[in-house]
Amino acid sequence: MGMRTVWRKAVNILMFSLTGLATLFTIALLFFILGYLLWYGGRSVSWNFFTKLPTPVGETGGGMANAIVGSGKLLLLAALIGVPVGFLGGVYLAEFGGGTFSFLVRYTADLLNGIPSIVMGIFAYTVVVLPMRHFSALAGGLALAVMLVPIVLRSTEQFLRAVPVPLREGALALGASKWRAVATVVVPAGFRGIATGILLSLARVAGETAPLLFTSFSNRFWAPGWDQPIASLPVMIYTYALSPYEDWHRQAWAAGLVLLALVFIITTGSRIILSLGFQSSRSG
Amino acid sequence: MATAKPITMDSTPTQTQPAGGGEAEPAPGLPKLRVRDMDFYYGAKQALQSISLDMPANKITALIGPSGCGKSTFLRTLNRMYETVPHARAEGDVRLDGEDVLTMDVTELRRRVGMAFQRPNPFPKSIFDNIAYGLRVNGMHGALSDAVEASLRRAAVWDEVKDSLHKSAYALSGGQQQRLCIARALAVNPEVLLLDEPCSALDPIATAKIEELLFTLKDSCTIVIVTHNMQQAARVSDLTGFFLLGKLLEVNETRTIFKKPARKETEDYITGRFG
Amino acid sequence: MVTSTTALELAPRPGRPGRARAFVGRLRSGDEIAYLITWAFAASVLLITCLIVYELWDKSALPRHKFGLHFLVTSVWDPVFEQFGALPFIYGTLVTSALALLIAVPLGVGAAIFLAELAPPRISDALSFVIELLAAVPSVIYGLIGIFVMVPLLRKYVEVPLHGAFGYLPLFKGPVMGVGFLAAGVVLAVMIVPFILSISREVLLSVPVDQREAALALGATKWESTWKVVVPYARSGIMGSIFLALARALGETMAVTMVIGNNPQVAASLFAPGYSIAAVIANEFTEATSDMYVQALIELGLVLFAVTIVINALARILILTTAGRGTAH
Repeated sequence: MGMRTVWRKAVNILMFSLTGLATLFTIALLFFILGYLLWYGGRSVSWNFFTKLPTPVGETGGGMANAIVGSGKLLLLAALIGVPVGFLGGVYLAEFGGGTFSFLVRYTADLLNGIPSIVMGIFAYTVVVLPMRHFSALAGGLALAVMLVPIVLRSTEQFLRAVPVPLREGALALGASKWRAVATVVVPAGFRGIATGILLSLARVAGETAPLLFTSFSNRFWAPGWDQPIASLPVMIYTYALSPYEDWHRQAWAAGLVLLALVFIITTGSRIILSLGFQSSRSG
Repeated sequence: MATAKPITMDSTPTQTQPAGGGEAEPAPGLPKLRVRDMDFYYGAKQALQSISLDMPANKITALIGPSGCGKSTFLRTLNRMYETVPHARAEGDVRLDGEDVLTMDVTELRRRVGMAFQRPNPFPKSIFDNIAYGLRVNGMHGALSDAVEASLRRAAVWDEVKDSLHKSAYALSGGQQQRLCIARALAVNPEVLLLDEPCSALDPIATAKIEELLFTLKDSCTIVIVTHNMQQAARVSDLTGFFLLGKLLEVNETRTIFKKPARKETEDYITGRFG
Repeated sequence: MVTSTTALELAPRPGRPGRARAFVGRLRSGDEIAYLITWAFAASVLLITCLIVYELWDKSALPRHKFGLHFLVTSVWDPVFEQFGALPFIYGTLVTSALALLIAVPLGVGAAIFLAELAPPRISDALSFVIELLAAVPSVIYGLIGIFVMVPLLRKYVEVPLHGAFGYLPLFKGPVMGVGFLAAGVVLAVMIVPFILSISREVLLSVPVDQREAALALGATKWESTWKVVVPYARSGIMGSIFLALARALGETMAVTMVIGNNPQVAASLFAPGYSIAAVIANEFTEATSDMYVQALIELGLVLFAVTIVINALARILILTTAGRGTAH
């Protein structure tokens, strides 16, 4: 009997140690990634990187100014299209929903969320690039917008539903019509959560490469307007990393660092906003 | 001293007569709120049966009864708050100054019949914006600060908040928040004020302040208050109705109900034998 | 009724009775419009999805008519002679995803068990947040680190020794270049671990306390209670997280493209370069010269689309099953 218990206790310690190791290993991975990026990327980030255009092959001193701006433009377009659709759709589900239609919309949104991003790229290609006969920022923005919609929709619905019923009733009891109560009381009350959802979705699509490969494509110069191919950080990283040039590799690392910094800041920032919000609305 | 005839389920509805001596009130022609044979359903389940009740103008009517007896449900039919619940419906004759409550424009109804809830529910906005909300929603846009001040004074909370109107309403204590919510309801000048157990989340001092407030509001408003606190009903109200299991068993002048209730169930409840 | 001089004075309006008035009132007050507008946007979600399916189907018509279902089982990929078969890509996608699961599941579930059962709540929450950051890292950055850091390391410390020791086995045959199925599998594993971990952890945390207590009260060690009671209880949810991670792995593009070697072949060796569906679309789409070529790639996209939908649906059912069991207590 004694031996068996000793064995069982040993197994207990062993197995939990293994799980602890697994945890440690996973955490370590993150730090490795950060570490390498900071090391390689940190050495290559320079003033040129942020301000110069790419230089012809062989010349050093080029930068990714156009890619940084390009990513910004694509995100902006994606947000302009995707956020209103997701937000208003989410308002519908939270305020007027119930029944088969709402179930379908929710199910479809989850479906959309699970579609690989490269398929979204194909979609934007067939719908925008083919008719226009060339690559464009518009196509890239559309692909990203479609990826934003399900995330914004579900989080809007979730945070609107979380607004306490007495708040809604208070507004209705004062004679506000339903849309007015929603617009002036419910949405502001749920605003923090909704904003967080939007920010997180932007962070997610900011790093997407696949949907841009054959929609917004790339551009070694500035791309004014929306109907031309446009450079973006993720695509530049991809192109430069696969190239045989040392200088381009260094720039790829720098771009990777910048991109990751952007994504991390938005992600962490929005989580902080969310947790702050819970505290201040509960005081009193 | 005349004793009024108690209204029970079986009798034909009659106006309750105020007791003589000291409080000579002009006998009102039409009660402010008049309910006849109201039934209420949540889906297939009937929650209220054949309720008939007059709520006189400028008086406080209290509704008492054990938990789940339907008094809050009844209160919420008066401003049609039940419409936010799917499958809830009210049938019967409910009139505000003779107008049919169940078919009139609901936002108009709710402006005329205001409500304060069990737990204070100020909006996550400033004190000023909380009061101003009802005004803005109902179309008033100009000089709001006078109206806001007037409402806060009416609700006896002005002195406590006048220096922090732009601070969050959540910074106030529970009792202050409740008075704020009453001020918010008063801002649109309702003819009737419905109060659903307004003091149940408050301490005795805050409760006392609100009860005092109700006395002063009576002159300008008709008040209907649901309370599970019988002493409160006895203290503040002119008329009391006793609900049990979805029926209005007895309605009478408060003095009468508490001294000589006509029905055994009322007496049992009042003396604490159940509920 | 007392009215102050500046308070709102609205006399009750005499109104036309009836439902017509109520409707007009609602219209005027904007409720109907708000309903219609938000409904339209919600419906657009359905519209977009239908459009995606339509486009994928319509724009892959040429190869579908030419090859039919043979497309899925042929392994020739010859743009010049316009012979297209999806087998190498399907194979590559499956192999790399299977490898990824093989590595990521023990890691992810193990860490989830640690975080749910052993770690104090605050550490557990803090570490989960860190791991969620891992999930936020863009794919192309995994690819970047994959090419320049992981592949050389993998080659030197894993592949060469394995090849040296077991090179006679078909699994470890062939030249060791670093890129290939194994490299892609490892990178994918790192990418999907956070998903398995966070969902499994939540699912484990949702197992009711009395289940654990019942086991411990019978004299079980903590591990026995965890492994024999809690984990089986949460089994569906954990399976669900695995399916979800699988769906992610199947569709992962950038990191895989950068380390898989880009060779459309069905090969048994882990060290051989291969290709996945997403990778070939990413690489060749802009080079596709003929309509048939482009449409063949789009058909691959359709295949990927269908597979990920099915697996995601299965995942969701599994996760809901645990949630349901928990509440039906």
